[in-house]
Amino acid sequence: MAENRHVLDCNAAAFAQGVRPRMARAAASALVHGLRFRERDVQAERAALEGVAGWAGCYTPNVALVAGPAGPGGLLLEVSGSLKLFGGVPAIAAGLAHGAAEMGLTACVACAPTAHGAWLLARGGACSPCTALGDLARRLQPLPVEVLGCEARTLATLEAVGVRTLGEVLALPRAGLARRFGAELLGELDRALGVLPDPREFFSPPERFHAGLELPAEVRDAGALVFALRRLIVQLGGFLAARDGGIQRFRIELFHKETRTDVEVGLVRPGRDAEHFALLAREKLSALALREPVRRIALAADEILAVAHENLDLLDDTLKRPGDWRSLIERLRARLGNHAVSGIATHAEHRPEAAWRVTEPGVRGSALEFGTRPLWLLQKPKRLEEVGAAPQCGGALALLAGPERIESGWWDGHDATRDYFIARAPTESLLWVYRERGTERAHWYLHGIFG
Amino acid sequence: MHPLADILRRGLVWRAGQPSRAEPTGIPSGFPALDAELPGGGWPAGALTELLPEHAGIGEVRALGPALARLSGEGRWIAWIAPPYLPYAPALEAAGIDLARVMVVRTRSPQDALWAIEQALQSGACGAVLGWPGKISFAQLRRLQIAAEGSPALAFLFRSPLAAREASPAALRLHLQGMKGELAVKILKRRGGPLARPILLTPAPVIETMRETMRRPAPETDHAVDRALPPPPAARILPARLVHG
Repeated sequence: MAENRHVLDCNAAAFAQGVRPRMARAAASALVHGLRFRERDVQAERAALEGVAGWAGCYTPNVALVAGPAGPGGLLLEVSGSLKLFGGVPAIAAGLAHGAAEMGLTACVACAPTAHGAWLLARGGACSPCTALGDLARRLQPLPVEVLGCEARTLATLEAVGVRTLGEVLALPRAGLARRFGAELLGELDRALGVLPDPREFFSPPERFHAGLELPAEVRDAGALVFALRRLIVQLGGFLAARDGGIQRFRIELFHKETRTDVEVGLVRPGRDAEHFALLAREKLSALALREPVRRIALAADEILAVAHENLDLLDDTLKRPGDWRSLIERLRARLGNHAVSGIATHAEHRPEAAWRVTEPGVRGSALEFGTRPLWLLQKPKRLEEVGAAPQCGGALALLAGPERIESGWWDGHDATRDYFIARAPTESLLWVYRERGTERAHWYLHGIFG
Repeated sequence: MHPLADILRRGLVWRAGQPSRAEPTGIPSGFPALDAELPGGGWPAGALTELLPEHAGIGEVRALGPALARLSGEGRWIAWIAPPYLPYAPALEAAGIDLARVMVVRTRSPQDALWAIEQALQSGACGAVLGWPGKISFAQLRRLQIAAEGSPALAFLFRSPLAAREASPAALRLHLQGMKGELAVKILKRRGGPLARPILLTPAPVIETMRETMRRPAPETDHAVDRALPPPPAARILPARLVHG
């Protein structure tokens, strides 16, 4: 990773061959044959950091961004109010590290009584949390001077006089330090030690969720897309938890070379379960036929809604608790399409084919009473063979009951004038058949089966 | 049975000092003759039940009516997955099934149908899952049987009668045949060995209901379809009625 003409950071393989941060680009190239440089993208860094800040809001509302002038930025979380809820500093630190890993990032988590102290500890590498202010100076002492946010010139001067750690800086006379390096360095140290106040501006998460991810390579496979998407979904889960909100739909945006494919995922009711989102996204993406490889993936949720909270049962264990039918419907719809899952209801109408309606599952209609009706209805009445005006269906039909005369629908052009009978076929099947009336030649039709 | 004892047997009450798992018991089918022969005294939950009807229309689904009505009355879902025809709402309602607890799933391929059945079973949200999977291999049946084992739902698979000759991991397999207006149920497989003689059931007697409807006086409304019609030869008239209830 390079910025301007200097190496900013390098991977372990390059480090092993002698490449170091702040080394000149030309020198690094000379050391390692075929070294590949990637330009630093400050904007992408900032976007990633803001994404994590939105997610980290699930631990505390007080999240501040720290943009490192040279080197990666970071987040400051004020967790003093959240310790009890999340079970102490180690639990929060573990949660932050785990969450960052799920988002595909490596986090260096540190804790200190002052914001800047924590920042310096984090820059110095992950370590056990420091919770006492009196302990902080001792913990800061062994850190190298590079953790400070001061100018490269200051660092070079410090190095020239043989000062390598913060402990050595603190041991220098204050007056001389101020004269030589200005108030900046002293101020930074004082803020870290809690001598000076350190007000921060907290991050306010956006109203809508939108996060994107550049894929390392072009992707055609739905499985790889789901893997990348998971990182964004984790971020969305934290974002929603921070706002105590849920979403009823989200959009997956797949960016191709020039075009874009949008995949909408809907939920039956607002939710914020990241696991469930990931499941729906997987079904949706695996049903998708990609015409072009994907270069970038993004996740968007425009409308944040309130979610209904459910209380947990004292006695019930999870095994016995009935599953959530809404999430079942969402899962089925994600793969089979929205219209594939429906409820049914009766409808006040005489014509049998119109006496029912497709509804949203779980919607209760008014109870109606009809005559005897078959369990199965044919999508379209089937014309029956006739032998001497007697209907046939695998043999002659015996009419058991009827006729039930239905005469309706003359006003909308779908006129039905029929006499319905219950008939028994030689196979012992009970059928619902009708004879069309009012025409010259009356035909017989099969309309239902008493399944 | 005593109502309290019944409640305890069905595991609706958790008693401190007792393991929370209730004994696996069946959901009464509504036909005492059948319940007497089914292990657990009814349709088994947590196991796959295969129904092999000889033809459609002999009462193969009506036979499930009482159990489905009972489950939906308890607020549990009935999932109809890849049914061969339209499940007709007026008939389901007449059978006492709560339509607000009915979910119909249409699929485009047999794979989707199997997947949907598995999902419905695994979700634990359904009281009963009725599936028409079409052709299905032993391995796929095994997979569904495993899904059913972890599920509180009744799992009914409707298959061709030809499948009776194939081996199946299903816990219960019933062959259904129409016999003089009744439904002859032959138990091909159950825990404790098959049953040679068929059980005769009369599921939701269609004809009797129909005659009853004919005897009942029509409500006094002034509607076109309710007016008296000249009787057609050799048949009585049953005017179509629609009662808003």
